[in-house]
Amino acid sequence: MTKTLTIDGVTIPFEDGQTIIQAATAAGIYIPHLCHNPEFTPHGSCKLCTVKVNGRNCSACTFPAMDGQEVINNAKDLNADRQKITQMLFVEGNHFCPSCEKTGNCQLQAVAYHLNMLDDHFPLFYPHRELDASHEEILIDHNRCIFCTLCVRASHEQDGKDVFAISGRGINKHLIVNSETGLLKDTDISASDKAAHICPTGAILIKHTAYQVPIGKRIYDHQQIDQVTLNSESEHDK
Amino acid sequence: MYEHLETAENQENLKRVVVEPVSRVEGHGKVTLLLDQDNKVKQARLHIVEFRGFERFIQGRPYWELPVLVQRLCGICPVSHHLAAAKAIDQLVGIDPANLPVAADKLRRLLHFGQVLQSHALHFFHLSSPDLLFGFESDISKRSIIAVIDAYPDLAVQGVMLRKYGQEVIRMVSGKRVHGTGAIPGGMNKSLNKEERDYLLKDIEQIISWSAASVDLIKNVHCSNLPYYDDFATIKTNYLGLTKPDGALELYHGGIRAKNAKGETIIDHVDYCKYNDYIHEEVRSWSYMKFPYLLSEGKENGWYRVGPLARVNNCDYIDTPLAEAARLEFKAHGNSAMVHSTLAFHWARLIELLHCAESIRTLLHDPDIMSNDLVARGEKRYEGVGVIEAPRGTLFHHYQVDENDIVTKANLIVSTTSNNMAMNESVRQVAAEYLSGQELTEPLLNNLEVAIRAYDPCLSCATHAMGKMPLQLELINADGQLIDKLVKGSDGHINRVASA
Repeated sequence: MTKTLTIDGVTIPFEDGQTIIQAATAAGIYIPHLCHNPEFTPHGSCKLCTVKVNGRNCSACTFPAMDGQEVINNAKDLNADRQKITQMLFVEGNHFCPSCEKTGNCQLQAVAYHLNMLDDHFPLFYPHRELDASHEEILIDHNRCIFCTLCVRASHEQDGKDVFAISGRGINKHLIVNSETGLLKDTDISASDKAAHICPTGAILIKHTAYQVPIGKRIYDHQQIDQVTLNSESEHDK
Repeated sequence: MYEHLETAENQENLKRVVVEPVSRVEGHGKVTLLLDQDNKVKQARLHIVEFRGFERFIQGRPYWELPVLVQRLCGICPVSHHLAAAKAIDQLVGIDPANLPVAADKLRRLLHFGQVLQSHALHFFHLSSPDLLFGFESDISKRSIIAVIDAYPDLAVQGVMLRKYGQEVIRMVSGKRVHGTGAIPGGMNKSLNKEERDYLLKDIEQIISWSAASVDLIKNVHCSNLPYYDDFATIKTNYLGLTKPDGALELYHGGIRAKNAKGETIIDHVDYCKYNDYIHEEVRSWSYMKFPYLLSEGKENGWYRVGPLARVNNCDYIDTPLAEAARLEFKAHGNSAMVHSTLAFHWARLIELLHCAESIRTLLHDPDIMSNDLVARGEKRYEGVGVIEAPRGTLFHHYQVDENDIVTKANLIVSTTSNNMAMNESVRQVAAEYLSGQELTEPLLNNLEVAIRAYDPCLSCATHAMGKMPLQLELINADGQLIDKLVKGSDGHINRVASA
């Protein structure tokens, strides 16, 4: 017999081994997220995918789907918390969408739109963060890093290289690269690596490609992130 | 001239009158007058009171961000900054204007004509027409676009539609009406498809017709108010701008030409990449805006005017028929000599508006704008200069980058900056000739703003004297008492002025 759970009162099937977010995606239900990518091991760090499972807050990307679960996803209080988390991500770094080359293709920006984030709410930190432009083909703009670790996981799991890691704790947390000089040019990363293309924001970029996609043809110009994500991630899960 | 009114002696005995903000211009500025007991003007200055600092904070960014980043200088003429930066970064990827793909060149020109059209329409109809239609000293309730809509509804609609059309050209080429993309290093990111081209073509004849009517309107306004319009705020100056190699009016790409007040050539067909050999900038302690001047003429006499009046004065002809006919009438009004009337800026501006409309029609009929051969690449360079004729005048962008593609140095000479000295002179002329000795009233003070408005200044764009800017830092306690005060002079030296 098919096992089922409910999300916001809708009964959906799942298979053993699936997380809640995988079951939801397969059923066409979007749960906002940034650090989750179905290609890599779940990390559960951004907390945007927090849902209520039988009354308790859980990360949908790491929590296993179980028979009879009652999951609350699209609720006012949860979306308000998600909006606050997104606002904190914005103020913690330096995210200037108007001139950022990732605009229109940026998951952080798209999630903010989806959550109806109209301002930063919190005071901006304006942290001093450097660029690493040392590599001929790849640029790291630390101003835009949200520590989702997707580059860390992509480099480790798919590229087999371990180019990236997160160092430090709390507000001192930062992205580091695996070279004695601390510069990207001295790592073994290549522009064809998955890690060079996985960043959901504009923190890791391929040089000399900015703004080549005209306005109107960018990922989120005509579709919101929920539609885009469901299309791409449900394809992957198949 | 009126330079003796820049700084008065014995200022403590003078009355201070402030016009703040200067209205119906882009950005924030104020005019201060110092008057003696008989209301005689002893000092008049246009101050630019906002500060931007773009030249500093684009340092450290990758060069390909520049066209999109620096266009945020302005919401009225972002395309000018976008394209000036694009021309500079073309050079960083080894592409000179002659090597830019033909389609990219034409699309950029189309974008730029749309931009100048909408900016000129905005300035004339929305900002200046109330002064010109109702009189400089009319009641304050008359001095807005709302009054124009009431009194001249058809004209107001034409103004709005002209601007809208220019904005639509921008949107078709760059994706958005304001702050789109479009230009990328070595080319453009899209061409027009047939649907987009046809959408613009359907209204172009009407746009040309309205543009021609606006030239007739300003000509009639100007010529029915002589000699007042020829004399008001008028100063005899040098003029600078780009022209085509054959001397024709040029807005996108050409050599620098400068003429003196008599119409004699100072420089001609100068490669703008060498602008630094010809133009320097002076910083003065009382304004955030620099004062550029032609090196060969010196600081005292080398300042010049840019913008529509300079361009129409400087060029030998205009390569579109209706605008050329209008230019000939304009020149005839000045007896073929240089036209120095500051209010003739409006006339020249609308001649350019007509030229833009005609040029847009020509480009829309050119199949190259639908080509997909859009980008070229050459050998990397470390320095690039882009110069363009923005709606308000010649705009210089100059960048240097390091081996990692990061901007290390930037210099922008914005059109309004070039008109800084001239605007101050015009303000002083009006103060001396029309205000001095009179009891000042609000309508009378509007004359100062009319003089400034003729230049269509964009004060937001023009304030970026970072590093040399004079600053004043005051520490005030909760009771409002001044605890400490630091003043940084234009030489960069910091003094503590007062402390409790």
